[in-house]
Amino acid sequence: MSGRITGLAGTGRSPLRHHHPVTPYLFVAPYVVLLLAFLVGPAVFGVWMSLHNWDFMLPGKPWVGLQNYRDLFDSSSVLFHPFWNGMKNTFLFVLISVPFLVTIPLGLALLLNRKFRGRTFFRAVVFTPFVLGVAVVGLIFGYLFDPEVGLVNGILDGVGLPKVSWLSTQPQAWITITVMTIWWTIGFNAVIFLAGLQGLSQQLYEAAELDGAGRWSQFRHVTMPGLRNVFLFVVTTTILASANLFGQPYILTKGGPGDSTTTAIMAMTNEGLRGFRMGSAAAMSYVLALALAIISVANFLIMRERKPS
Amino acid sequence: MTTTSPITGARPDASDPAAAEPPVRHRRAYSRTRVGPLTYVAMTVISLIFILPLLWMLLTTFKTESDARSIPIRVMPSEWTLRAYRLIFDDAANPVYTWLINSLVVSVLHMLLTVVVAAMAAYALSRMRFRGRNLLFGTLIATLFMPGFIFFMPNYLTMSKLGWLDSYWALVVPGAAGAFGVFFLRQFFLAIPRELEESALIDGANSWTIFTRIMLPLSKPALVTLAVLSFLGAWNDFVWPVFVLFSPDKMTLAPGLATLYGAYTTDYPVVMAGATLAAVPVLILYVVVQRYVIEGVANSGLKG
Repeated sequence: MSGRITGLAGTGRSPLRHHHPVTPYLFVAPYVVLLLAFLVGPAVFGVWMSLHNWDFMLPGKPWVGLQNYRDLFDSSSVLFHPFWNGMKNTFLFVLISVPFLVTIPLGLALLLNRKFRGRTFFRAVVFTPFVLGVAVVGLIFGYLFDPEVGLVNGILDGVGLPKVSWLSTQPQAWITITVMTIWWTIGFNAVIFLAGLQGLSQQLYEAAELDGAGRWSQFRHVTMPGLRNVFLFVVTTTILASANLFGQPYILTKGGPGDSTTTAIMAMTNEGLRGFRMGSAAAMSYVLALALAIISVANFLIMRERKPS
Repeated sequence: MTTTSPITGARPDASDPAAAEPPVRHRRAYSRTRVGPLTYVAMTVISLIFILPLLWMLLTTFKTESDARSIPIRVMPSEWTLRAYRLIFDDAANPVYTWLINSLVVSVLHMLLTVVVAAMAAYALSRMRFRGRNLLFGTLIATLFMPGFIFFMPNYLTMSKLGWLDSYWALVVPGAAGAFGVFFLRQFFLAIPRELEESALIDGANSWTIFTRIMLPLSKPALVTLAVLSFLGAWNDFVWPVFVLFSPDKMTLAPGLATLYGAYTTDYPVVMAGATLAAVPVLILYVVVQRYVIEGVANSGLKG
């Protein structure tokens, strides 16, 4: 809350209470109903589901305690392989994609932070793919990377290189999914970095320049420390976004070849929304959420530790 | 951290955050930056990388099937044809036209619900004192940190109990519970001077009048930003609609396109025509309100 107003000070009443006591509740009521029904309620109810054998198709939902969680960690359980395969693939994608999704946008933002004519236009162009949905982008890249008639293989063919089966072999399938993701989402991080760059104090740059600091030195000692919080935000949100990988492999590879691009969310939705065993799927969602929470906290601690020396 | 107060979104030049800086700082900020022709070359190459796939999509829709499959690659159609568009509109198994209407209806309803509900809550949270306010705000912030997939199973069950499976409501309503809109508008409302409300109060206005006559008109940029972001969110939503919609005629474009891709993998002009129909409305919207979208994203990053 910013400062108090003095306008009604003479009335002796807090300016925040000029309304009927019920009024604020009427204003927040619609939102509170939605919040309780679709976020708070489900977050709690999901735990309850995960403690039951909650088969959507069956009338009885017997209590099983922590059995669903135990199954996820028991290598003889039928859940074990699909779940950990999904977790492994998701982790792999995070590992491959996040470095590109952080560094390329930073480079773009540095470029866009220079003053030149048409800068706003270029920024808008870079951001454009992000406003398209994963379905549209998936279809475009499915065609571009089609092994027979796609533009990418057409170009490779044209320069005398062998064609590549982009979607049905590994690591090509991961390369395709990563390239598509980079093209699709790069503008988001670039815009965030750009906003961060424009919040940096120019005095520091001037001081650095007076001290004879070159470009690289300015970047290392002024830009990077100044962007620490933005970095933390971008790295964390990018890890979380990449861990939600679903649409790209769903459209491009159907989780294949084999189950090598079947992600954690795919394993969870296969179990709960295709197989209707929602109790074990809910358990999967909490284990994945916990893993992500741990990564986020670790990331936060690591990035905070790196003080400028 | 925040370089622009939310209220600067109202400025016509706010799309260029540098313009919001004081002029002197502005000039100094770039005095050290030498921009040679290399920057333009780099930016042009980068822009082409972003534009060419979209151009390729559009060009393909006017090609014959054999042109789209031609080896070596044929860039321009040998004959321009609307065959692909005719085919997708005639296909009873993939009613793309119905999906387009469904997507429009769902996205507009979702946008309206999100903006109205979030604005009302944000007004109370930014301007009124009431028991439970901090609890509500804390809960709302906590939900910002919860990954969306933990709500899938319980919400699917709720949809089933409400009879909302395979209906638009499953796409319109649950997403409106998201805390981002409330949080975003509250930030904006906090920056509106209270004196404006005070004088209205003295004139005998009640809270509803203040909300509709003062807060909302002054917040147009923030409301437009939230409206556009929630429209895009509903239009592009993929994973949830894939599972809660199943009748071909109930689908929206995003999940529909995935089935279209499966059915027409060999006929790329048809697939690209479907993608174009899904892309063009949002591209037009984006061109018109580009600065709101980018501003909204930049703000979400710095304040989130």
